[in-house]
Amino acid sequence: MSGAVRVRVDRERCCGAGNCVVTAPEVFDQDDADGLVLLRRAEPPADAADRVRLAVELCPAGAITVAPRPVPERSSTP
Amino acid sequence: MTVAPLTDLPLWPPTNLDRDPLVPLDAGERRRFAGPVTRVRLPTDATAWLVTRHADVKQMLRHPGFSADLTRPGFPLLRRLAPGAFGDRRGGFIRMDGAEHARLRRMLTAEFMIRNVRRIEPLIRQTVDRALDELHAAGPPADLVTHVALPVPSMVICHLLGVPYADHEFFQERSRTLIDRDAPPERVQRHVRELRDYLHRLVEAKVAAGERADDLLSRLARDRVETGELAVDELVGMAVLLLIAGHETTANMIGLSTLLLLRHPARYAALRDDAGHAEGLVDELLRYLSIVRTGLPRLATEDVEIGGRLIRAGEGAIAVLSLANRDRTAFDRPDEFDPYRAAQQHVAFGFGVHQCIGQPLARAELRIALVELARRFPRLRPAVTAGRLPTRDSSVVYGLDALPVTW
Ligand code: SF4
Repeated sequence: MSGAVRVRVDRERCCGAGNCVVTAPEVFDQDDADGLVLLRRAEPPADAADRVRLAVELCPAGAITVAPRPVPERSSTP
Repeated sequence: MTVAPLTDLPLWPPTNLDRDPLVPLDAGERRRFAGPVTRVRLPTDATAWLVTRHADVKQMLRHPGFSADLTRPGFPLLRRLAPGAFGDRRGGFIRMDGAEHARLRRMLTAEFMIRNVRRIEPLIRQTVDRALDELHAAGPPADLVTHVALPVPSMVICHLLGVPYADHEFFQERSRTLIDRDAPPERVQRHVRELRDYLHRLVEAKVAAGERADDLLSRLARDRVETGELAVDELVGMAVLLLIAGHETTANMIGLSTLLLLRHPARYAALRDDAGHAEGLVDELLRYLSIVRTGLPRLATEDVEIGGRLIRAGEGAIAVLSLANRDRTAFDRPDEFDPYRAAQQHVAFGFGVHQCIGQPLARAELRIALVELARRFPRLRPAVTAGRLPTRDSSVVYGLDALPVTW
């Protein structure tokens, strides 16, 4: 599987088990105050996409969702 | 629809005492139970659906249409209980649903988050070191369960909660009763009450002491009880839960994992120099051993289709973690212990909003205990070759009562 993803987390659902942080630490973090998920990068680099998808599967609470990242209209990147 | 007579249904959990301790279910039991969703008879003579496939177990445990509240009528209990056996259940959030559960659990999520567990790794290491000294002093041969497997998680949870380890015999005995399906109902009831009374006194003292101590119960007393967010009785219930959960689970994992690794001497030896692989190994141990073998019971509160079967509101269902962890659609060659496989998607800690909150702690304890054991006792081997090891067959958390080792 390839393709960049856009990640969303639902802190209302999160139960703080932290599987996402172990799986993709550059994308997910846990809030010091309440232990619930924090999103570090909603648009992670493409090479993290597989691990993000694994995090979706491992999340016991269904708190993480991913959608394919829309291709930017102008394809030129600075 | 014709209803099969109750006695025709297979009894769950099975009661084969000759099974090897490392085999959750033998071949015949597998054939009997490992259908997608099958109907079984429980020791209480109730019936329930057994959910055994990895995908189905995940779907069921994540579905809000299943309740974990065992006081609801029709809840599939695995043992007979005295009426009101759980007495004051306040604070026992693993048996609550929805917002009630979330409110209490969330007071703990920061405590057990990965960053905080990393911070206490030195404490875990010290505890393991001390336990290994004791093992060394006691033998060879000596019992690994008495000297290492039980004291390590016990000391760590006592330290974190702020419960005096000196009282360990008192609460270890009670903790064991509460998860023993064969314990007489009156004894369960008495031990719940005694444990609650004990922790009640401790919590009251912490509330009265106010500022000083920096342990989990003191922090909750200060930050949540004083602010009126949490009742003392609720804190007591949470303390009971954490104390019990911190005891048997990791202890049994350390014991069984050691036995398993000693049957794979090359892998055991590799632990010494290959500590980097220990994280992955821990997941494979959790998957392969699946110590909550009888599964997680739930009550359907609405009609839900699981694995092609309609489970109706009011019916019981049991998510069999050990079978899900041996499902070939989720794991290649699932009955092989393969320390190098990627096993993270096992469901040994459960799934859904009740998934074990202490799992980062459990993983760290298991990893450190096994690595240090392999370092300090490279020639470790079981001290008994024949005969049956004493196993916890009637416990909700499976494990060994003793593992005599020599070196
Ligand atoms: S895995 Fe899911 S429940 Fe656990 S911390 Fe991450 S988002 Fe929250």
